[in-house]
Amino acid sequence: MSSSQSQASLSALADRWLPKLVLSPTLLISLVFVYGFIAWTGWLSLTESRLLPQMDLAGLIQYQALFENDRWWTAVANLGIFGGLFIGCTLAVGLFLAVLLDQKIRSEGTLRTIYLYPMALSFIVTGTAWKWMLNPDMGLQKVINDWGFPDFTFDWLVDPDKAIYTVVIAGVWQSSGFVMALFLAGLRGIDDSIIKAAQVDGASLPVIYWRIIIPSLRPVFFSVLLILSHIAIKSFDLVMALTGGGPGTASDVPAIFMYQFAFTRGQLGLGAASAMMMLMTIVAVLVPLMYMETRSAKRG
Amino acid sequence: MAIYYLLPLYVMLSTSVKTLDDIRGGNLIALPQSITLDAWSKAWSSACTGVECGGMKGFFWNSVKMAVPSVLISTLIGAVNGYVVSMWRFRGSDVLFTLLLVGCFIPFQVVLLPMARLLGELGIANTTSGLVLVHVIYGLAFTTLFFRNFFVTIPDELVKAARIDGAGFWTIFFRILLPISGPIFMVCVIWQFTQIWNDFLFGVVFASGESQPITVALNNLVNTSTGVKEYNVDMAAAIIAALPTLFVYMVAGRYFVRGLTAGAVKG
Repeated sequence: MSSSQSQASLSALADRWLPKLVLSPTLLISLVFVYGFIAWTGWLSLTESRLLPQMDLAGLIQYQALFENDRWWTAVANLGIFGGLFIGCTLAVGLFLAVLLDQKIRSEGTLRTIYLYPMALSFIVTGTAWKWMLNPDMGLQKVINDWGFPDFTFDWLVDPDKAIYTVVIAGVWQSSGFVMALFLAGLRGIDDSIIKAAQVDGASLPVIYWRIIIPSLRPVFFSVLLILSHIAIKSFDLVMALTGGGPGTASDVPAIFMYQFAFTRGQLGLGAASAMMMLMTIVAVLVPLMYMETRSAKRG
Repeated sequence: MAIYYLLPLYVMLSTSVKTLDDIRGGNLIALPQSITLDAWSKAWSSACTGVECGGMKGFFWNSVKMAVPSVLISTLIGAVNGYVVSMWRFRGSDVLFTLLLVGCFIPFQVVLLPMARLLGELGIANTTSGLVLVHVIYGLAFTTLFFRNFFVTIPDELVKAARIDGAGFWTIFFRILLPISGPIFMVCVIWQFTQIWNDFLFGVVFASGESQPITVALNNLVNTSTGVKEYNVDMAAAIIAALPTLFVYMVAGRYFVRGLTAGAVKG
């Protein structure tokens, strides 16, 4: 590597090595703290560790215990419900708002500000606010009752079968404005001449959106899906603040399962196994999406 | 449609200035009968989070002490890293960059256990410095990505010409690139600040008692089950926890949006 440098001055030599030198601490850090730690957790998930970590491999017993644990499957099912509805609704609402705002309406700036501010809040604040509003004794249920509908009930927050849906309501509230911003940026980036040509051909506005504009937003769809599925799988704060995983364990998700088993119940091995499952889920979702995104980016 | 987005803000604000009797007697969206800031002062200085009753004050400053250094350090390192991976490519630099990027995507649950162990061994478990370390480490992938994406848009000729004129590695960085990097610094700082200020997972796992950041304290306050539930204090505390990021959003809205959309990873 270091041949034919006899004439190089000291500064040229420095310029050769400085970039690598500057980058190396960060690389070392991510090697240790990302890859090393994942390996460590992976190893831990293959041991009998409970309260204290043990380093002797014990095979797949923790995964076996995980798969026999009813709470885990509740958490997985909840993630499925939450993830599916959260991603679906956020996409739909975000796209809808973006299309509306794209109509060059007068109050666009104000509306955009309103739709986006939830994104600045933490999930904990969001959860706290919605927990108060969805509280059946004093929240929205009471408002409607006071308006003259005494039989109206809206107690999803304390209903074990419905609690997970309240997380969807708050999650969509938090994230749809952001999705709108992404779609709006995409819409503004579309070449006007294509749309004009379609208008000349007599296509109506819905047809133009459905046949031309939305299909050309493909790359944005991929980015949005990528981000939303990432948020959904990691979701921890919002559930903690809104339902705490309850009533009982009714709105448990894998992130809460992992936290409780690893840090409050002293089941390190099981916690590590659930964390590895989360990682694998993210990999399983993200890798195909990123592959498709780069492919569509190359074509477009 | 806008009501769905505004209602929570209105409810938080109005509840926080109501008296408890007003809250019990009236309803969620009714205007306050009279406005009082008692709940605010209680939330700030004397509300109980678990066993402690010092309000949000101390936790608010914890979050400031955690966020400011983490944001500055991770942004500065990210700037230099981004400069290297975009302007000084060497054999394997793309591979290294991709390796680095993975850090943006992992669920942090997968590093919590080893990290807890390490912080314990270093003797900085349950301290603000421990949290700063964690946030810097896991923020680097994002900040590097931001600066890399910004620097690749700058024409190569600029740097090439400077090199012919004899400018070295640092001269190019400080004299040519930094002066035009204002906007990306803004984006990066805003992004990191909202991420770190709003973080809950690292806070709840790696901090306890007096070193907790405000998100954790807020969650404890709201879920404290002893005594009379004071919804007005809860809401005031929630707004206090939200104020810094809301302030950033109001003041630097343009950059905020850009930060968010840039976070949509187009690397």
